[in-house]
Amino acid sequence: MPTTAFLTDSTLCIGCKACEVACKEWNGVADDGFNWSGFSYDNTGAVGHSTWRHVKFVEASPEPGFGGNAPELNTWAFSSDVCKHCENAGCLEACPTGSIVRTEFGGVYVQPDICNGCGYCVVSCPFGVVQRNPDDGRAFKCTFCYDRQKVGLKPACAQTCPTESIQFGEIEELRAKAAARLSELQGRGMSDATFYDASDSSVKGTHAMFIVRGDPRAYNLPPRPEVPTEYMKKAWKSSAIGAGMLLAGSLLAFLFENRSNGQ
Amino acid sequence: MSKAFEFPEPDRERRLHEIRREAEQKGSVKSPGARPQGAPFPIASAETGYYGIPLLKQPPWTWEIPLYFFVGGAAGAAAVVGAIADVTGADRKLVRHARWIAAAGSVISPALLVSDLGRPARFLNMLRVFKPQSPMSVGVWTLVGFSSGAAATVFADFMQQRYGPSLPLRIVENAGQAASLAFGLPFSNYTGVLIGATTIPTWNQNVGELPMHFGMSGLSAAVGLLELMGHRKSRALQMLGLGAAMFEVWEGWRIESRPQQALDPLKHGLSGSLIRTGGMLSGPLPVALRLLSLVSNSRELRKWAATSAIAGSLLTRIAWIYAGHVSARDWRLPLEIKG
Repeated sequence: MPTTAFLTDSTLCIGCKACEVACKEWNGVADDGFNWSGFSYDNTGAVGHSTWRHVKFVEASPEPGFGGNAPELNTWAFSSDVCKHCENAGCLEACPTGSIVRTEFGGVYVQPDICNGCGYCVVSCPFGVVQRNPDDGRAFKCTFCYDRQKVGLKPACAQTCPTESIQFGEIEELRAKAAARLSELQGRGMSDATFYDASDSSVKGTHAMFIVRGDPRAYNLPPRPEVPTEYMKKAWKSSAIGAGMLLAGSLLAFLFENRSNGQ
Repeated sequence: MSKAFEFPEPDRERRLHEIRREAEQKGSVKSPGARPQGAPFPIASAETGYYGIPLLKQPPWTWEIPLYFFVGGAAGAAAVVGAIADVTGADRKLVRHARWIAAAGSVISPALLVSDLGRPARFLNMLRVFKPQSPMSVGVWTLVGFSSGAAATVFADFMQQRYGPSLPLRIVENAGQAASLAFGLPFSNYTGVLIGATTIPTWNQNVGELPMHFGMSGLSAAVGLLELMGHRKSRALQMLGLGAAMFEVWEGWRIESRPQQALDPLKHGLSGSLIRTGGMLSGPLPVALRLLSLVSNSRELRKWAATSAIAGSLLTRIAWIYAGHVSARDWRLPLEIKG
């Protein structure tokens, strides 16, 4: 089986949200409310249990004349966000039921028939993706269209993307494509074009890679996402010391009492 | 449903309605317009993140979880204290009471844990795998071992009290006690590992101390409960209570003396007040009361020290969970933005 990935190129995204719609249609995801944010054309805000693809509307200060921009208009970048399908996934490690598994395509998949809604994956995801659905009780996130991949189809979002901003394919091929695209963009003067896949962090790279312009933080992409298993050694050491203190303290206290009673 | 933003204010809507009416009636609008909600608008940049929308999700847990942390901590520590008291030949009544606390915890804890689940009927799915890399999985298995041990001990003890000594029951009693001791040690403090090894900054920045902190908090509560059950003469309990409270003083000082941004929820706002109140009730107050009771030999003061320690232990767990919510909402931390 090929190891697959997404490459989401924000320089090609036009913010049409077709990926969000296709995802909801294919996966039968409920609506995420019809609320207005009041400050941006992004009225969804973030990925969550009912939003598996989410188009970010990054409104930046004017950059006159760039890419055909009129000087008086803001530049506008769009980027379709999704579960990162980490190589070293916090949710997968944390799941106590074994509901979250790695698929043969390298994606991270929550088996809905096993999840019991403990919610531990929610606090273990460094990208804030997976979320418990309060109505249903279980945790949900992007499935990487596991069902479609099984029969050789592209994920619904990549299939529907009209500008090929969302590309889907074999991970190494996509990495090469990303490198080529990056040098092309930089050659055209977009020196702030950046590739993001968190491969220099404990996440060890993602199966959803991004090309963005400027600092990834403006896209809510964390500079150093940390898989919580990194804290495990320190935590259990503290637990062992705590247990030792409890045991030794109790022994000392009762032995001391016995001896002083005996005298 | 994610509620990242505020809904339109009624004032602004009313103003917009007035403007529309003015336009309809007069054909033009001369009065000032409505100030858009949230203006000046947030922007997306390296300094402000993505409109200040939090990256991390808040813990989905309900009220059962802090209560479970409290009950589990007290029960685990009580089992250890009871087992050691038994082995060292201390007062039988104290041993029995400690076992009862452990057994009560062994029933209440799973009930709380199950009712917090999104799908309580699927609790048993927790037991289809054992994952050492998941503190939740390790914790559930510890709970199972602890609960079985603590319940078996009390059952065997009770049967012998009622129907006279019997060798098989003695074996069950001792085996149960050994199990509740072995599992009680991690059970008393694993909840610190559980929240420490997460992506929530204020939790994972304290990962090296949270388990010890929660363990000592559990011991404070267990000692307090035993004292309230009448064991206010026991010098061993006084020493344990004093030691645990002194650890809590140190823990409070440690939190207050570190200036990290990620620790702000522990010092400011409602969560900070809760942490500090819980800390005062677990640390300095019981230390002072216990020292006074040592000097004056007052059992009344020990009662108050015990009550304070129990309240402090419960409040501490509530405060830590709440601080985690505040920390998750702070969009700056995961983006490493100072502010």
